[in-house]
Amino acid sequence: MKMLTIADKSFSSRLFLGTGKFGSAKQMEEAVLASASELVTVALKRVDLEKETDDLLLHLQHPAVDLLPNTSGVRNAKEAVFAAQLAREALETNWVKLEIHPDPRYLMPDPIETLKATEELAKLGFVILPYIHADPVLCKRLEDAGTAAVMPLGSPIGSNKGLKTIDFLEIIIEQSKVPVIIDAGIGAPSDAALAMELGADAVLVNTAIAIAGNPVAMATAFKLAVQAGRMAYESKLGEKIKFGRATSPLTQFLEDEF
Amino acid sequence: MNFKDLFDQFNWDEVKASILNKTKDDVEIALIKSKRNLEDFKALISPAAQPYLEQMAQLSHQITQKRFGKTIQMFAPMYLSNECNNICTYCGFSMEHGIKRKTLSGAEILQEINVIKKLGFDHVLLVTGEANHTVHLDYFLDALKVIKPHFSNVSIEVQPLDEAEYEILQQAGVNAVLVYQETYHKEKYKDYHPKGKKSNFYYRLDTPDRIGKASMHKIGLGVLLGLEDWRTDSFFCALHLEYLQKNYWQTKYSVAFPRIRPAEGVDISNYPIQDKELVQLICAYRLFNEEVEISISTRETETFRNNLITLGSTTMSAGSKTNPGGYCADEQSLAQFEISDERSPGEFEKMINEKGYTAVWKDWDKAF
Repeated sequence: MKMLTIADKSFSSRLFLGTGKFGSAKQMEEAVLASASELVTVALKRVDLEKETDDLLLHLQHPAVDLLPNTSGVRNAKEAVFAAQLAREALETNWVKLEIHPDPRYLMPDPIETLKATEELAKLGFVILPYIHADPVLCKRLEDAGTAAVMPLGSPIGSNKGLKTIDFLEIIIEQSKVPVIIDAGIGAPSDAALAMELGADAVLVNTAIAIAGNPVAMATAFKLAVQAGRMAYESKLGEKIKFGRATSPLTQFLEDEF
Repeated sequence: MNFKDLFDQFNWDEVKASILNKTKDDVEIALIKSKRNLEDFKALISPAAQPYLEQMAQLSHQITQKRFGKTIQMFAPMYLSNECNNICTYCGFSMEHGIKRKTLSGAEILQEINVIKKLGFDHVLLVTGEANHTVHLDYFLDALKVIKPHFSNVSIEVQPLDEAEYEILQQAGVNAVLVYQETYHKEKYKDYHPKGKKSNFYYRLDTPDRIGKASMHKIGLGVLLGLEDWRTDSFFCALHLEYLQKNYWQTKYSVAFPRIRPAEGVDISNYPIQDKELVQLICAYRLFNEEVEISISTRETETFRNNLITLGSTTMSAGSKTNPGGYCADEQSLAQFEISDERSPGEFEKMINEKGYTAVWKDWDKAF
């Protein structure tokens, strides 16, 4: 299967993981390894940057796994830029998952502040992966602003509802010049497989794995589903037949002899 | 519009009757819905829902895990003062108790911080009585200067303040304000709070509006269970929550369920709430509002708290002291109430881990 390239990095796995909500740091680590993911996101607010022995970070020290700090908790562009700079300094990466959700209830991403922050962070040399609504116009605006990828949501974050935004995701995938990573709402391996079949470049999963009865086995299931979905996409999945065959063809007369 | 305007449209007795009149059918409808409203909440706290407690608990467990994961956020209360000019007939700090009062100095606060940090805490809740001449905005600002550098998240539970004061505190780094209405029964409220600034029911009722207008990150609500009928009081608290969420949509919310505990010179509650009923109430809140943080203090017993880990609670304290200087600076000062669960934070974390959950000590950053 084709490698995925985002900015300066290439990935053989198209499954990215979130690290919150697990019952223990050890369980999170085992799930990450089972998923074969090479990029995991960590909330800056959860990490104790003053401590050298932060429990979460200690369990993520694997050469094949890169950290993607996220700005969860910030409410506007100004706070996001500040958080990204803090993360760059502390975690020594210029990659950032930009999350700006001023609404703490449904954690809906703010499109206006996200665009502003992307413009600013791009100038500062960051590799930006913004979490956004499945809004095709916003995706193009973010591309123009210098984003490295776009991360539209499949359904509300943590809802496990699957790809409710599918019609818009299809437009985004069709139009995008940067990788499209479906984030939020992927509740089952079948959702992940569908996202990949549609042509998404990668998916990001957290809740569905973290709160599964067996998170490690679920991580494996997601790994396989993402591989299967991608393989199907690359093998040119047959279009579904959209029209029935009419018993009385409307254009038959053109073939008839007059 | 403030909450008062909405609140005044309701009548306590009518609300109470409508909760008591909820039927088995109302409960079953509430259980199968994916989005629940205040009428569903009434059904879920009604006597008719009692036979459905196990189903409610299962749903509450699933919904909480989906939103919050297998995690419990830890915090420690730090009492700064027990001076108080109010009479609250149920409270250990009430002014008529002729007991020596204490307000911590900056140096004493630092001593307390050292102990609390060593226990592992990174989120702290600052608590005071209501003594506006000595424990006022300037005192809070001085205390915050000492406290802020040591904690990622600082909440306060102090006397109701004005909007401008909340704005200043928010700028000074306060992340959350907790203010419990105690009871939404206007007349009973007057009986329980006969003297002091707190006797003004509506000033307290509109406090969360002032906090919201000051753009505070989080507001904590609750009633003191035992002052009046818990069902009716909880309906009004849920109404308050729904109103605030619509109006101050950038703010997070938490609810707490303090039951009256024995304290200096205090009689036991007139309207006790049983363990089973408290579980029903907690689950009903979770089913009504999937995102609200549910906070359980050391007022509750070990066994009860152990079981609440998987039932819907998201935020817990441990090893708490409810007197100013209680962690080390002045261990014998007057406490607000007796705690029930005396386990150390370390012991408490061990229990959380045994349940397959993780204790989260840090979930904010002072840089934010």
